Amino acid sequence: MSELLHRTAAELAAGIAAGEHSSEEVTRAHLDRIEAVDEVVHAFLHVDGERALEAARAVDAKVAAGEPLGPLAGVPLGLKDVLTMRGAPTTCGSRMLRDWHPPYDATVTRRLLEAGLVVLGKTNMDEFAMGSSTENSAYGPTRNPWDTSRIPGGSGGGSAAALAAFEAPLTIGTDTGGSIRQPAAVTGTVGVKPTYGGTSRYGLVALASSLDQPGPCARTVLDAALLHQVIAGHDPLDSTSIDAPVPDVVTAARSGDVAGMRIGVVRELGGEGYAPGVEQRFTEAVELLSGLGAEVVEVSCPSFDAALGAYYLIMPSEASSNLARFDAMRFGLRVGDDGTRSAEEVMNLTREAGFGAEVKRRIIIGTYALSSGYYDAYYGSAQKVRTLIKRDFDAAFERCDVLVSPTTPSTPWPLGERVDDPLAMYKADLCTLPSNLAGNAAASFPAGLAPEDGLPVGLQVMAPPMADDRLYRVGAALERALTEQWGGPLLNRIPQLQEVSA
Amino acid sequence: MALTTDDVARLAKLARIELSEAELEHLAPQLDVILESVASVQQVAGPDIEPTSHALPLTNVFREDEVRPSLPREDVLAGAPAAEEERFRVPRILGEEA
Repeated sequence: MSELLHRTAAELAAGIAAGEHSSEEVTRAHLDRIEAVDEVVHAFLHVDGERALEAARAVDAKVAAGEPLGPLAGVPLGLKDVLTMRGAPTTCGSRMLRDWHPPYDATVTRRLLEAGLVVLGKTNMDEFAMGSSTENSAYGPTRNPWDTSRIPGGSGGGSAAALAAFEAPLTIGTDTGGSIRQPAAVTGTVGVKPTYGGTSRYGLVALASSLDQPGPCARTVLDAALLHQVIAGHDPLDSTSIDAPVPDVVTAARSGDVAGMRIGVVRELGGEGYAPGVEQRFTEAVELLSGLGAEVVEVSCPSFDAALGAYYLIMPSEASSNLARFDAMRFGLRVGDDGTRSAEEVMNLTREAGFGAEVKRRIIIGTYALSSGYYDAYYGSAQKVRTLIKRDFDAAFERCDVLVSPTTPSTPWPLGERVDDPLAMYKADLCTLPSNLAGNAAASFPAGLAPEDGLPVGLQVMAPPMADDRLYRVGAALERALTEQWGGPLLNRIPQLQEVSA
Repeated sequence: MALTTDDVARLAKLARIELSEAELEHLAPQLDVILESVASVQQVAGPDIEPTSHALPLTNVFREDEVRPSLPREDVLAGAPAAEEERFRVPRILGEEA
């Protein structure tokens, strides 16, 4: 395994800019690693080595010509397969979009390419981002590099596993109910959901439009901040994009000063149903932050208890509407078009064949929640709960600069264990989805390994809308202190993956 | 409230998804459990609470009504299941009797 693979994105970029190593060497090292381990990990759905090497050489030519480069130029990256990029398929982990090539780049993609990042390929995900284990991918699950018999989280399990398996130093995720943060927690990596509207949704295939948000995934807090800086900012192509300066996340990540910061522990996000090792590492992380000068208080957000119910009505409602676009007419799969069947029959057959079980479940729940006679009782009630959750956050942020909780109640479970138990699967998102409903910024940072099973635990930090920088301040403080305590990054302790020789 | 296979068949029809008997049998109890677990949201908020549809306040966004280049036609049709004469080709829309 090349020594370059263990470097941070910041170090790789600095080395490329200084001519110590070329982007081509760095890119080739990661492509070789993917070749060697991805048959087992299956973090990628599509890899285009030729294209990546060409992009890398273009950066190297700029270095040679002395042209100014962005802070991550030449660094390889994996892009979640829900964001469009010309020249590569976008499948969203669905049979519906097998081999579909989008005709335009997502804004996030465009910004990555303009900043000189080298896209290695597209990462695996639960179908249309519906799931918490990546087992709902129509192309097979991703495996957790910490223990390949376990789930890597979802929906962005591919993006998280690619980082933990050293297949890429940076990846992009999207977070509707926890799809960046929960995979980050269970793979011992960093994942950030920016404030809703902080990153553009243009070119992101929509699951639930009022909740979806792209964000950075990385192995270090500074790398995530640098990537956040590249992709964030106003986009006229997304009407919900915030027209305001991006919070200074990079300075916050470099500082890591939490002295005097008021940190609120959310009472409702812990206790019964939480694994002992998760609670232990969470408590230790909070004590650590307190020792660094933060003021820790307990806060109560009683409406969070209703968040799961509200979320699993609002999200399927929006999904059932968004996924109506997969009608077999303009893109993707078409089944049964034999000249005798009507458009509607073809549509029904295509959606039967193209969607997996979880997508069907959610579309039908959404259809039910929005149908006449039930709308007020279900969708309407859920929207009111959303108001109460926002109010709880507002009240808590009056007293605290940030809130903290475990990212997810358990460590990663064995593949297959919750596949046919949707409710057990949904509970993995208990702690993460309030921030989607309220639109505030939130992140997960590595907090250690649970003593009972040696698997990763994440600390979730939540900040008010447009105070994303506070996430990085807390994350950097924790990372610095824990790395010192551990004598190196958490991922140094990951078991070695068997490499297949090329 | 128990969701029957007939209910699920009706919802699947509304959602334009063909479902087999086996799938209906499999899905109905699962959907019933999910709906039961989310039904408690009805008891949480009183009538005086305003609904929230978006996390942050939305304002309508306008742009000048100017002609701008669209996606190239061939790029768009390249992703279509079927195309003919520079258009999307779709199955018949009207019934036989029409």
